[in-house]
Amino acid sequence: MEINLLSFGQIADIVGKQEIKIAAIVNTDDLFKNLLELFPALESVKFVMAVNKQVIQKNTLLNQNDTVALLPPFSGG
Amino acid sequence: MDNNYSNSRYQKQEMLKEFGLEGQHKLSLAKVLVIGAGGLGCPALLYLAAAGVGNIGIVDFDVVELSNLQRQVLYTMEDIGKHKAETAAQKLKAINPEIQIVFYNKQISNENALELIAGYDLVIDGSDNYLTRYLVNDACVLLNKPLVYGAVLRFEGQVGVFNLADPISKIKTNYRDLFPNPPDPAYSFSCNDVGVLGVLPGIIGTMQATEAIKIILVIGKVLHNCMITYNALENSFYQFDISPNEEFLMTIPKDIPAFLTFNYERYCNPKHDLEITIENFENLLSTEQLTIVDVREHHEFPIVDDFIFKKIPLSEFETGIFSISRENKIVLFCHSGKRSLQAMEILKSNFPEVEAYSLKGGILAWEKFKKMNNE
Repeated sequence: MEINLLSFGQIADIVGKQEIKIAAIVNTDDLFKNLLELFPALESVKFVMAVNKQVIQKNTLLNQNDTVALLPPFSGG
Repeated sequence: MDNNYSNSRYQKQEMLKEFGLEGQHKLSLAKVLVIGAGGLGCPALLYLAAAGVGNIGIVDFDVVELSNLQRQVLYTMEDIGKHKAETAAQKLKAINPEIQIVFYNKQISNENALELIAGYDLVIDGSDNYLTRYLVNDACVLLNKPLVYGAVLRFEGQVGVFNLADPISKIKTNYRDLFPNPPDPAYSFSCNDVGVLGVLPGIIGTMQATEAIKIILVIGKVLHNCMITYNALENSFYQFDISPNEEFLMTIPKDIPAFLTFNYERYCNPKHDLEITIENFENLLSTEQLTIVDVREHHEFPIVDDFIFKKIPLSEFETGIFSISRENKIVLFCHSGKRSLQAMEILKSNFPEVEAYSLKGGILAWEKFKKMNNE
């Protein structure tokens, strides 16, 4: 069981690559905790998660091969 | 053949069946306000004016600098030091004298935002900071104006349409549905911190203009309730759907009186009290003894020789901090003012009693200030 993790902006720097696969996790809350353990620098970065291209605000169940995106805000113009 | 077209200027787009004379007429009646005449604003303005959007407003308080020319394609060397909004208006008039262009050489704020935006049908956000982005978003929500959002950083960009109802579901979302609150300024990067590829705002700004034209003409699939991300290095486009977020209702000013008194400066920069402006810093420099610390890493440019300072890179700050004299007021600086804010956190957690400030805008702002005062 795996999940695809897509990272954007400065999050891709922290994670190391724009796209990685990680072991499947039950839901997005657990994924968030797991990511903070794997990448402590994420603690201070603001981002929202999208599951299969839908931005989520609440804990969301994850299934095998789901794609989770980590989207930080950008301000540059 | 020419008789089928209102004006040969617009012939190529009037030939499009989705466009036609009717589309051109709609464009000629449209009123679009572009906030920020920088990297995003320049290409958006160019194409909106060229396409014949009848009324264009341009808001920008800033002046053209040499470092803008890499991506702010409306300006030339002769424009350095001139107001962007006014200069952009002149260039656009030269391209298309048939449209009305109004420029506002001022910063958008609580006091003027509602009045400015109320006169337009649609707003394009080409700003470069969270304060303006939240302020413009909130004003557009209160006034029920569609907002075409765009933002860039390094090789990546985001574009979306806010506050415009989906024609079928009737649902509409805004920037706060995506990001209810701004990020911590000490940990969010701007183009000043990490740079941007010049063509990136060109692509995103042009996409913003495209969405604006589609909205005015009511054609195609508009990016309402979604955001596209583009990565130039990866050649990747992703589209994300946004749904209403209850948290947004708690963070947005709920009515016009609340908007007028909302402190966006404090809201977007809660560390405001820890910062010192360039002007106040210069005053302090001439009136009292300061301990100034450069927290940039070794070998970073520009080299500073306007005042005496100690160098303790942020990466060594935890240990280096004990060598800072705490008798005087302390001013920390870095390139753009982000890392010095991070260093402030370390300093304050070790020595809560010290009077210390982070130089707002960093050495970039200091250099700009010096240049302006020399002119």
